[in-house]
Amino acid sequence: MTEALFPPPKKNPQKRSIKPTRPPEVRSRASLGLTAAAAEGRFALQQCTHCSAWQYPPRDACVNCLSTDLEWNEIAAEGTLIAETTVQTSPRLYYRERMPWRMGTVQLDAGPVILAHLHEDVAEKSRVRMIARLDRAGQGVLVAMPVEDTPLMEDASLMRELTADPKHRRILITDARASNAPAIAKSLFDAGAATVFAGEAEAWRPYPARSELENLGVDIMPLDVTDTLSVQTLAGEIGGKTDILVNNAQFVRPGGAMSRNDTGFARDEIEVNYLGMMRLAQAFGPAMNSRTSDGINSAAAWVNILYVGALANTAGFGAFAASQAAAYSLSQCLRAEFRDSGLRVMNLFTGPTEDDWFQLLPPPKVLPQAIARELVKGLQAGLEDVWCGDIAKDVRERFRRDPKVLERELTFGSEGP
Amino acid sequence: MSILTQLAGALSSGSVQVIDLTHTLDPDFPVIILPPEFGQCARFRMEEISAYDHRGPAWKWHNISMSEHTGTHFDAPSHWISGRDLPSNSVDAIKPADFIGPVVVLDCVEATENDEDFELSRADIEEWEKAHGKIPEHSWVLMRTDWSKRSGAEYLNMREDGPHSPGPSAEAIRFLIDERGIRGFGTETVGTDGGQAAHATPPYPAHYFLHGAGRYGLQCLANLDKLPATGAVLFAAPLKIKDGTGSPLRVLAMVESA
Repeated sequence: MTEALFPPPKKNPQKRSIKPTRPPEVRSRASLGLTAAAAEGRFALQQCTHCSAWQYPPRDACVNCLSTDLEWNEIAAEGTLIAETTVQTSPRLYYRERMPWRMGTVQLDAGPVILAHLHEDVAEKSRVRMIARLDRAGQGVLVAMPVEDTPLMEDASLMRELTADPKHRRILITDARASNAPAIAKSLFDAGAATVFAGEAEAWRPYPARSELENLGVDIMPLDVTDTLSVQTLAGEIGGKTDILVNNAQFVRPGGAMSRNDTGFARDEIEVNYLGMMRLAQAFGPAMNSRTSDGINSAAAWVNILYVGALANTAGFGAFAASQAAAYSLSQCLRAEFRDSGLRVMNLFTGPTEDDWFQLLPPPKVLPQAIARELVKGLQAGLEDVWCGDIAKDVRERFRRDPKVLERELTFGSEGP
Repeated sequence: MSILTQLAGALSSGSVQVIDLTHTLDPDFPVIILPPEFGQCARFRMEEISAYDHRGPAWKWHNISMSEHTGTHFDAPSHWISGRDLPSNSVDAIKPADFIGPVVVLDCVEATENDEDFELSRADIEEWEKAHGKIPEHSWVLMRTDWSKRSGAEYLNMREDGPHSPGPSAEAIRFLIDERGIRGFGTETVGTDGGQAAHATPPYPAHYFLHGAGRYGLQCLANLDKLPATGAVLFAAPLKIKDGTGSPLRVLAMVESA
């Protein structure tokens, strides 16, 4: 059984911090479907659209009928561990630092036999449940888990490698004033976060949630993502102990280009939503990237909360959506730039949220508690993309099916006489 | 000796001193807060272009951005709807002689300590004149409250029902304009009006009447406690912004040493 993970002792200041290493990244294009599914926590394998055969490992053609028309579908995750080995040595530094490493062969009930990492609570030749996760190189890997959850299973060293679990980690929420800040802070503490910092812009302006944050035990620090010096100053102070950064700073106003008379709010949207993320990345990124192998409370994830209009413009909030598209694009750039360290970028997409600015939109609207819950679950599963709420899930689905159709649906005029 | 030669001598001997009435332009300095659906006053921001590095090896410089009404700033008549049709109502069109002139300081410190929403009244001004004489025509009139010594949340003093800070009454401002012919009115608070002036009639009376009469405003002033009640000269020249409704500026006062 997994042993409990305790809060790490204070670091020995005479010891060098361990530099990040990572497992091999190169994969065939065919196998990246596994990574795409793992990025959302889905366990999917290749299936032939002609003969319906499942196959593993991924290939460019069906092993049964040679069709090249293959798609990635979710498959029943139950199976049986039929063989296993424990790797004791490896020339690859990442594995060398983490030996021994247990692997096995799983016969899925649905047919395919797959190679998987084994959770330490999986017994020999037992029934298992498969999950897909992203490894430190950002590639999908398969993990055999016990069929029934075991106590503390998330504390296993393998799971800490594959997730960004908030447990024992120190987390910065970038906007204390945001209406979702208290809910996010509470969820993080409930998930075992050691410290939650919240960045507070313009302390000269009072806001009601401050006392709520204080009561939760949040450390409120000065931070204004539109002010480069402020971001640099806070990074100087706590950048070296920010294990997870949750960027919830967001400026939103209704309207598109033609329904506004100026670029004032658009500038604020870009300053906060796009340039804010860039300032945070430039200030906090280097220290976080250097600490992704720094023990139990290593730097693990960068979280952006984005509006799903980032994928396809929603005209009622068109200018805001444009800023979200910019932020989303930048998050992809950060993924590439953080890739070498293994620091994960998780984007949590929401539809309209339950707040003043989306007041006139009909439900469903995303509550702060839903954002907080999905955010923590996403970190615990080490996800890259989280779709929070029905609207975000629906837009994702339609975007996947046909982006142009989605665009056309979102850009209707009003019906004339 | 000419007046200016005498003045230059007095400045170098220190018998005339220059007082800086300006707050430092700081990204975290409060600005006026309006309901969020309205356009907002941009905060002061500074981005480094280079600092003797690969972006510019031998020089350091910044790009800065802000509102016309950020920090210690000047309000031109075109700032307010009442002054929008006046001639020469923008900072670039005001005649330069208006930027230098006599200044009187009304000490409202004690009244403000007792009442943070203190309203300067006509009677208060008349009382002041009994001690210091009639306010000269074309003077700047500055309302000293020591509000500039506040910082953080205390400065805007924002509560659920809005900000609370001192300012002039409508009657007092009209008196200063109509019967004293002042050049402008200045405060240590974020605006020439009091914090609750949105509820006055007309709303924001200092802005409404001053700018409607072609007069100027100065706000977010500091160091008014270093000025005499009368006898100082104020330098308040805004940036020459095309059609600008105001501008951050360096406000200086010349005072004679006692």
